[in-house]
Amino acid sequence: MHIPFCEEVCPYCDFAVVAGRDQLASRYGQALVAEIRSAEEWGPLEAVNFGGGTPSRMPAGLLERILGELSSRFGLREGAEVSLEANPEDWTLQKAESLAAAGFNRVSLGAQSFDAEVLSYLGRRHTPTQIVGAVAAARQAGFASVNLDLIMGSPSESAASWTETLRMALEANPDHLSTYSLTVEPGTILWRTVRAGASPPDPDRQAECWDEADRECARSGLVRYEVSNAARPGHPCRYNLSVWGQGEYLGFGNGAHSFRDGRRWENLRGLERYLDTVEAGRSPNRRFELIEGWAAETERVLLGIRRRAGVRAGRAGEALWESPRGRELHRAGVIGLHGDRLVVDRPLLTDEVSRAILAIPPPESAGLGNIPVPGG
Amino acid sequence: MASRSLIRNFCIIAHIDHGKSTLADRLLESAGAVSQRDMRDQVLDTMDLERERGITIKAQAVRLDYEASDGRLYVLNLIDTPGHVDFSYEVSRSLAACEGAVLLVDANQGVQAQTVANAYLAVEAGLEIIPVVNKIDLPSAEPERAAEELARVVGGDAADTIFISAKTGEGVDELTERIVEVIPPPAGDEDLPLSALIFDSYYDLYRGVVCYVRVMEGSIAAGERVMFMATGEKRDAAEIGVLTPGSVPMETLAAGEVGYLITGAKEIDRVRVGDTVTSAYRPAAVPLRGYTDPRPMVFAGIFPTDGDEYPRLREALEKLQLNDASLQIAPEFSQALGFGFRCGFLGLLHMEIVRERLEREYDLDLVTTSPSVAYRVTLPGDEPVEVRSPADFPAAGREMVVEEPWIKALVLVPPEHLGAVMEILTSRRGELGPLNYLGTERVELTCRLPLAEVVFDFYDQLKSKTRGFASLDYEADGYQPSDLVKVDLLLNGSAVDAFSAVIHRPRAYAYGREMVTRLKDLIPRQLFDVPIQAAIGSRVISRETIRAKRKDVLAKCYGGDVTRKKKLLARQKEGKRRMKMVGSVEVPSQAFVAALRVRD
Ligand SMILES: Nc1nc2c(ncn2[C@@H]2O[C@H](COP(=O)(O)OP(=O)(O)OP(=O)(O)O)[C@@H](O)[C@H]2O)c(=O)[nH]1
Ligand code: SF4
Ligand SMILES: [Mg+2]
Repeated sequence: MHIPFCEEVCPYCDFAVVAGRDQLASRYGQALVAEIRSAEEWGPLEAVNFGGGTPSRMPAGLLERILGELSSRFGLREGAEVSLEANPEDWTLQKAESLAAAGFNRVSLGAQSFDAEVLSYLGRRHTPTQIVGAVAAARQAGFASVNLDLIMGSPSESAASWTETLRMALEANPDHLSTYSLTVEPGTILWRTVRAGASPPDPDRQAECWDEADRECARSGLVRYEVSNAARPGHPCRYNLSVWGQGEYLGFGNGAHSFRDGRRWENLRGLERYLDTVEAGRSPNRRFELIEGWAAETERVLLGIRRRAGVRAGRAGEALWESPRGRELHRAGVIGLHGDRLVVDRPLLTDEVSRAILAIPPPESAGLGNIPVPGG
Repeated sequence: MASRSLIRNFCIIAHIDHGKSTLADRLLESAGAVSQRDMRDQVLDTMDLERERGITIKAQAVRLDYEASDGRLYVLNLIDTPGHVDFSYEVSRSLAACEGAVLLVDANQGVQAQTVANAYLAVEAGLEIIPVVNKIDLPSAEPERAAEELARVVGGDAADTIFISAKTGEGVDELTERIVEVIPPPAGDEDLPLSALIFDSYYDLYRGVVCYVRVMEGSIAAGERVMFMATGEKRDAAEIGVLTPGSVPMETLAAGEVGYLITGAKEIDRVRVGDTVTSAYRPAAVPLRGYTDPRPMVFAGIFPTDGDEYPRLREALEKLQLNDASLQIAPEFSQALGFGFRCGFLGLLHMEIVRERLEREYDLDLVTTSPSVAYRVTLPGDEPVEVRSPADFPAAGREMVVEEPWIKALVLVPPEHLGAVMEILTSRRGELGPLNYLGTERVELTCRLPLAEVVFDFYDQLKSKTRGFASLDYEADGYQPSDLVKVDLLLNGSAVDAFSAVIHRPRAYAYGREMVTRLKDLIPRQLFDVPIQAAIGSRVISRETIRAKRKDVLAKCYGGDVTRKKKLLARQKEGKRRMKMVGSVEVPSQAFVAALRVRD
């Protein structure tokens, strides 16, 4: 569930978001409801994720209404993960309690850093203290799973600052910790400043940050289960796991993606166009793509190798293993074959592996691969 | 057929950009040779590259009818020549077809190196020289000073100088009158056996080789059987004519005249520039004095970025050669770059032009190795061999004598920059010769120095250290023993042949250092540490390490992003295809281009 509203657009953000358009929230809520109602039969759902944007900016009532609509349309499986993203400055005890009452049981807090200077570089408006308060509020409201998102290796961050951020984050005792490297995405404000000469993030520093996070998480009992994610046992994010396992999902809202029956599609990205289209009773779904044959097989491996447990090697994994590039990657300690599972032993080089997989020529009998298909 | 006494054959010579082609425009215009519609600036510069760069690369001959103030109709055969030093052999060839030369000098710049060099060539060829100061319309022009300098160069009286503006046309009529007046009509006897000098040629896809000829003795008639004296090749003169500038067929060309000859020959090597055309039935006793073939001065390897393009590269080079006898090619194999050609050029501009034509006209993506000169290497008990590629240079430590080509250079510079010039020349092993003051504003400095010193950034350095006021001309001046070594560059322990260079020993360390540093920035990080070393033989003189890459992963991979991230990865993968594998190291083709770029 994509909620596109934010207080301000952060300099590094390339999501489909808008700032200063909160007045559209109720219209948007209507549109989501309409989109849910016209979606194909499905369910019951195993995981629901409200992402964005900043879902926590929305009035609790609106979020509750949408969640209600989802569960009445598709049904929620017993014990389903119902998660939302929140910014610490919006996350009051009152809001946490209403949302818990509405059925949310997991919150992912955009902490990013515990260093005020880094937070200001990242264009974030909360303080380190607010993060601690937000975690406490979530606990008090009874959220079963609390995640903290951190951004590492921004140019404004020293090694000591990252160490401190990690320490404080782990001290807050979250159930789940995501550590993302700051990346410079084309078109963002950060990208423009870097292009104008500001220093970009240093990948070596980020590698060090990552190593440290990996070590510290393990010491605190958080098990890394994906390149950037670690969780206490029983707390990995089910929604994400499903994506990496080539599971199916439906996305609602502007710019949301869906994957079902081997088809992937995307909603109109522009907020206004999305609203106009849905309000006119038309489908916002666009860019259908059929993922089958060799394309589906390589995608299975591409997604799967992000997990620590790796992926069943299968045809694509075996082809990689046999290829000259695969042998080099193995020699360099990047990949390993553990039983029938292909595992990336140096997760920070995952994209090297991904490119090598994409470079494997499709076998003759592998089908046609990715074909765009017309219409719904 | 024009009466010989009414013919004037001359060329326009000058330093680069002093306005030769613009003057030709005015002369063509006043003769009504080009219609208003077809007229454009430097109309004789027809190649795309000539027009874009605003320079003349190939000499152009054109015939004009001119009614002089004495009421008679004269035939003017003019040849517009290039000014750049790389193409000075075009000037020499043109001079041999003329009795006179119009020597231009820019009123603003005054006498420059090629003004002097070309003036000497004209004097040696025994031509009547008309000194002309051009661009007098420029506000900064100093015509008197330029005239003084010019007079010193040609040894005449400044009062004889004609002042013109090729741009506005001012003074051009006076110049034409002077041409008619002082340039002698061609000598020659129409009754003698035919001898005609081929002073230029080009290849036409449909008509084969088109020769530009100056008839010296006798005459040639259309359809006549002719013989090329050097090759003995006999052919029919399928078409003869004159260029006005379009080709106009004629029945005959007689002694003194300039025109073209087409025999239908398709093989350019059968019909050589500098050869003498004579009658097959009544041949001349001796050929005319021809030309010495232009010798390439610099050599470089040209390789297609994509190995599959090799056949297309060969075809393209062969086609270019048809119109450019000075371009030499020989197949070459490089372990790093695959199959390509070692090419010989007249100079760096020539090299740049060839490369640009290949890339543009033939749509090839190329890697060009650093230019080098041809060394002469003698191993004990062996004959000397010419080494044109550093890859073929014997490894350090072997006993051998190495000689390198030297040049005689002429630098013209205002006295206030003389110090800077001398410093540059000495730092490049120059042996300074005597100074000669051309008036108070300009010094002429001669110097001998190794050609290799000029092949790299010399010209740019000269220009920047003298605020653009120095000009340079040079010619080959033999070989001389030298203390040269081959510097190899090793990636991950194995030498990359394309990066080897022959360097004067005292500079080897600095060169190695620079290349190692450059490569460190150009080669992307790999899965493992990659040492880069510069070495003389087995002695490493410089070293850097490209650290293994530690992180290469996209931050997030949410459901929504799968398609986009996949596309991004696929694009990056495509980028990898443009990598050359050097041992186990992936080197982007672009890195070769950048590492080998002449320093600037
Ligand atoms: N102001 C002014 N500019 C001139 C005159 N003659 C030529 N130019 C300019 O000088 C530049 C060089 O002129 P060209 O005729 O191409 O010179 P060139 O001697 O043929 O040059 P190369 O063939 O490259 O050696 C052009 O921009 C001309 O427009 C002149 O009399 N006055
Ligand atoms: S709050 Fe999150 S979604 Fe909103 S602009 Fe910042 S990074 Fe993007
Ligand atoms: Mg010209």
